[in-house]
Amino acid sequence: MHDRGGVHLHEMAITQSVVHAVCDRMGDAQIRRICLEIGTLSGVVADSVRFCFDLITEGTPLEGASLEIIQPTGRARCRDCGAEFALNDLLVLCECGSANRELLAGEELKIREVEVMA
Amino acid sequence: MCATCGCSGETILEPHEHDHEHQHEHGHGHSHTRTVTLEQAVLARNDALAELNRKWLAERSILAVNLMSSPGAGKTTLLERTIRELGSELRVSVVEGDQETVLDADRIRATGAPAVQINTGSGCHLDAKMLAGGLQTLDPPEGSVVLIENVGNLVCPALFDLGEQARVVITSVTEGAEKPRKYPQMFRAADLVLLNKIDLLPYVRFDIEDFLDGARRANPGVEVLQLSATTGDGVADWYGWLRVRLP
Ligand SMILES: Nc1nc2c(ncn2[C@@H]2O[C@H](COP(=O)(O)OP(=O)(O)O)[C@@H](O)[C@H]2O)c(=O)[nH]1
Ligand SMILES: [Mg+2]
Ligand SMILES: [Zn+2]
Repeated sequence: MHDRGGVHLHEMAITQSVVHAVCDRMGDAQIRRICLEIGTLSGVVADSVRFCFDLITEGTPLEGASLEIIQPTGRARCRDCGAEFALNDLLVLCECGSANRELLAGEELKIREVEVMA
Repeated sequence: MCATCGCSGETILEPHEHDHEHQHEHGHGHSHTRTVTLEQAVLARNDALAELNRKWLAERSILAVNLMSSPGAGKTTLLERTIRELGSELRVSVVEGDQETVLDADRIRATGAPAVQINTGSGCHLDAKMLAGGLQTLDPPEGSVVLIENVGNLVCPALFDLGEQARVVITSVTEGAEKPRKYPQMFRAADLVLLNKIDLLPYVRFDIEDFLDGARRANPGVEVLQLSATTGDGVADWYGWLRVRLP
């Protein structure tokens, strides 16, 4: 079910939430373009969202909209030594050896903007 | 340029003498759009419902704990034992999440505790709306404990706040020590990690140090308890963890 090569029910639920969130904010305005932010540490696979977007948006105000996904990469600040560092996954430690870090970026899961018919 | 709106239109016109009125096709078939900044959490709707659940539970002094794991890690077995052993001390009821069957709720009811089964169908996690429905049906008494068995899956349940007070990730020694490295988001979301089936340690290769290192990397400082839901080894610590969280 969560095989990274197959259908991702998980990202389908996320994409469904995108549709709900846009409709909550925009009513039934026809959406031409949507821009999402999906951080690389969010646990959501951007390609899977792309993969199911057309299917999930069918029959909604987002049908036919172009999908743009920005993927902020991980950044953290060490709570022990104060260093700021990049992290490709949640397993990276600070150079000082500490795992005690505050994530500054990479966990985003939000709708940045939409373009609607004027 | 389009005189009505100042946009550049879509057709590129040949340059021509402007000694005549513009007559060429420009029926506003091109699109005029505006961009609206939303900066909105994708899961805003779920998060709002989760907050309502949290408030509902707090008003009734109910402790709700969300148990998450891969299928077969031992969630239902641990719930059965917990209810049998703490049933006289705590009032426990259970919300069972499962894609299709009602088997787990039947197992819980056999212990004497009230249980409600939520079938998520193709959905692979519980969400806040489902828990709200489950709570309405269960109608748990004030000061009681609601244990929520999430759908067996180490990915999506981590993303969906239910309004619970605590999240527990269960993993078993038969699944291998690399689970925290493979599913760091889930371990990061955990308030407690339970390592189950330690009775099987003599029979499987499981590097506990490696497991603890992965868990620490994903979630520095997270508490990890080792136990066996079938033999009862180590469960006292789990009960202790529950007790200190009682409202
Ligand atoms: N040896 C051993 N088996 C266990 C333990 N906990 C659960 N099991 C077995 O693991 C299987 C799956 O358990 P279950 O509670 O249904 O897992 P769930 O899918 O997480 O609810 C069952 O056969 C249980 O008897 C344990 O601590 N030790
Ligand atoms: Mg179960
Ligand atoms: Zn450091």
